[in-house]
Amino acid sequence: MTNLVEIRDLRVAFDGVPVLHGIDLDVARGEALGLVGESGCGKSVTWLAALGLLPGKASVSGRVTLEQTDLSGAPRDRLERVRGGRIAMIFQDPSSALNPVLKVGRQLVEALRLHRGLTGAAAKAEALRLMDLVGIPDARGRFTLYPHEFSGGQCQRIMIAMALAGEPDLLIADEPTTALDATIQAQILDLLARLRREMNMAMVFISHDLGAVAQVCERVCVMYAGRIVEEGTVSTLFDRPRHPYTRGLFDALPRLHGPRGALTPIPGTVPDPRNLPAGCAFAPRCNRAQGFCQRNRPDLLRQRDGRALACAYPLPEDDAAPDATAPRMTAHQEGCPT
Amino acid sequence: MTALLEARDLVRVYQGRKGLFGAAAPVRAVDGISLTVNAGETLGIVGESGSGKSTLGRMLLGVDPAQGGQVLFKGQPMPAAATPEWRALRADMQMVYQDPLAALDRRLTIAAQIREPLEIHRTGTAADRTARVAQLMESVGLRADQADRYPHELSGGQRQRVVIARALATSPDLLVCDEPVSALDVSIQAQVVNLLRDLQAREGLGMVFISHDLKVVRNLCDRVAVMYLGRIVEEGPSERLFADPQHPYTRALISSVPEPGRALDSRVILQGEPPNPARRPRGCAFHPRCSLATDVCRDQVPQLARVAPGQTAACHHCPVTPDVRAA
Amino acid sequence: MIRFVSIRLLRALITVLAVMTFAFVVLRMSGDPAEVLLGPDVPQSVIDAFRAEWGLDAPLWQQYLSYLGAIFTGDFGVSMRDRSPALELVLERVPATLMLTIPALLLKLGIGIPAGVYAALHRDSAVDRGVILLAILGFTIPSFVLGLVLVLIFAVTLGVLPSGGMGTWQHAILPAITISIGGIGILARFSRSAMIEVLGQPYIRTASAKGVSWRDVVRGHALPNAAVPIVTIVGFMVGSLIAGAVVVETIFSWPGIGRLLIVSVSNRDLAVVQCILLLIAAVMVVSNLIVDLLYGWLDPRLRAQPAH
Repeated sequence: MTNLVEIRDLRVAFDGVPVLHGIDLDVARGEALGLVGESGCGKSVTWLAALGLLPGKASVSGRVTLEQTDLSGAPRDRLERVRGGRIAMIFQDPSSALNPVLKVGRQLVEALRLHRGLTGAAAKAEALRLMDLVGIPDARGRFTLYPHEFSGGQCQRIMIAMALAGEPDLLIADEPTTALDATIQAQILDLLARLRREMNMAMVFISHDLGAVAQVCERVCVMYAGRIVEEGTVSTLFDRPRHPYTRGLFDALPRLHGPRGALTPIPGTVPDPRNLPAGCAFAPRCNRAQGFCQRNRPDLLRQRDGRALACAYPLPEDDAAPDATAPRMTAHQEGCPT
Repeated sequence: MTALLEARDLVRVYQGRKGLFGAAAPVRAVDGISLTVNAGETLGIVGESGSGKSTLGRMLLGVDPAQGGQVLFKGQPMPAAATPEWRALRADMQMVYQDPLAALDRRLTIAAQIREPLEIHRTGTAADRTARVAQLMESVGLRADQADRYPHELSGGQRQRVVIARALATSPDLLVCDEPVSALDVSIQAQVVNLLRDLQAREGLGMVFISHDLKVVRNLCDRVAVMYLGRIVEEGPSERLFADPQHPYTRALISSVPEPGRALDSRVILQGEPPNPARRPRGCAFHPRCSLATDVCRDQVPQLARVAPGQTAACHHCPVTPDVRAA
Repeated sequence: MIRFVSIRLLRALITVLAVMTFAFVVLRMSGDPAEVLLGPDVPQSVIDAFRAEWGLDAPLWQQYLSYLGAIFTGDFGVSMRDRSPALELVLERVPATLMLTIPALLLKLGIGIPAGVYAALHRDSAVDRGVILLAILGFTIPSFVLGLVLVLIFAVTLGVLPSGGMGTWQHAILPAITISIGGIGILARFSRSAMIEVLGQPYIRTASAKGVSWRDVVRGHALPNAAVPIVTIVGFMVGSLIAGAVVVETIFSWPGIGRLLIVSVSNRDLAVVQCILLLIAAVMVVSNLIVDLLYGWLDPRLRAQPAH
């Protein structure tokens, strides 16, 4: 199966400070990929950069291709046809992501005009159909309302309807449920999963919520400090995380079941992008790190079970313990090649 | 033994406005809430936006005056806000908010901010205060060399530690935390939750922990109260309430928490919009979203009643449907 | 809506009343019109007669009440100098002032807003820095300095424009420019910051993400939002259409309201001064009212929410 989107060596720097250090990422047609990590790890920046949505002070390099089309350095009008057309995006805070002074109907119709050439009554009919589809009750009566007249959950539904307007092949959902209440989060997750199935659309689900990712995604990438540190299917990664950071994220989570007790936090904090450690960026917080990790940065390498892993001393596979003490993969010497 | 904090039938009504030109409509943010916090106990308050949980938090501290009902602190009625007696009481009760950056003065070093309550309440000599600040910083896990830093030079987790250290400066008996870890990343959140857990065990303070994050609440709290539209709909020991929720809303809330390893389809997804306090449904406020709702729910407000030892729920159907489990 | 407008009208009325009272008190505390108008050497009997004639011998509160009463019946009094009705004197000067302030307002809008928007769209570029610098210069240079410099350059040195007085349309050019420069600077700064604020909002990114061209993002999504704060400043400028030219009219000997005000104040011509202040206050109040109504039109969040 060919990939829908291929990202190769994507790098981003803000005012000369690198925040994304060479991301390689593929999205297959129709698949649901999760992107997990804490704030500042670059999970959102990756896709904003890919679609050319970063502000001017950001410098972007690398290659992004959508099937045969090269998006990196593409002329503005080609990017504009892709945005919202082939690749749509929804964001974290739905209430501020809709234009407060424009009626929601008009915002929907704008997307339909741009990507499907619909105007007038046809556009309105299709917009109403989309509002129905995402579960806005009384779409006709609320077509001429403004975003502030909808709740946060409904605003996110309208954002989703707007994203569907261009019948995209890929939907990037950037923390789409983070700002919403628990019961509404569940509704939106459910809606996204259903729409993806029905429309056979690929989805990239960016979230810090491991639980939400597990529920809607098939494959997941864990990012730390601007790099992918572990990648694999949800079942491989979540059942048997091997990167100490992935494992740390799980251990830090309080549980809804089982014993209550002290949590296991990851010590320390995320490194300052202006002052990254020379070796593995996670080494200062890692309980498995050796001297080797302080000096050398591990590559993201494919493992036997299909996952990719960037760690010199990963957690052992269930059956393989002995080689866990020695560096088992090639690593870059000192420093980042940025 | 008198409880550390007791609230009796608290009511708070806001004059809500419908836009700039609209007529004012009263919003019952807190509508008849009674609860008790014992010394050394952590009470969790969970609910969605609009449930009134933050308003309740401020009322428990006497920051927002109660329009009905009464707050008793160590058996004594809460003095009116901004009176000298009320101010003196601040040393015994403190609050921690969600956004540490907004709670801190960006022009003061963190040592100066932790010291401030000691100055206000004239605790000890200058040397005592300096020693106390050092001790507080150590107890919340801040390094001594960070004393002269400013808030913007710290990470989010460190800032929240400063806020907590400042709240603990006067050795309060009660700490009210309103979403103290919601703005923090998972790995840091666990650090702060553990810190609160340790402090509570060590200092024996009573704590009210307001949060929408059920997983954190379950981990940290001894007892939990679930709020819906200004009322408590269920209350009970943490362990019990999460294992065997009785109120349909509590069940849906717990079921809505995504957990790795649980498929989407097995969850009870609550339909309908989050409640709007300005338009409170008649009868049980939850009935428009409830799958069990019958005529009695549309008509009569259910009262909290015992459903299990130490556990109460306000639902007309709770006693007759004891065993429909969500998860 | 009716409630909203009536509240605003009531507030406007109170503002006007406050201005009238203030003017009344200050004018009477700051000097005796009799002495100013009649000169220092007239006998006391003449002064007393003058005071009695104009009602200046009554207690202050009586004067105040009769003044208010007269205004509410539409009587603005007569000038102490030539006994012509004050309102007529004032209104006959209005067109001259508007001949300067309206072109100046158009200049402010036409140059200030586009310059600010352009600077915001090219933030941190050389043009942006240039706009900021010129804007600061524009509103920090006092208009009397600017006016004199312009006269020196265009009238004295180059000799292309008249240095003062009223006659052809060329006479209006220098004073109108002098009035507009400060406002251009203020509007440029304000439009720039309003636009920068709006461009950083999530809905701008949403519009780009759905494939709207940058040009349409700016026109269709950013400008309507930036308009709200800009309208506040523009409203203030409209409010100063009458009062904004006092200094410049004096420099350029332009026979408008401002000149009349200066002359009347120095003569303690009470009725005329009060009439001018009343007019200024009324224009300010009306423009504020219009701004408030515009807010609702521009930003639906400030409108009444229909029950849904």
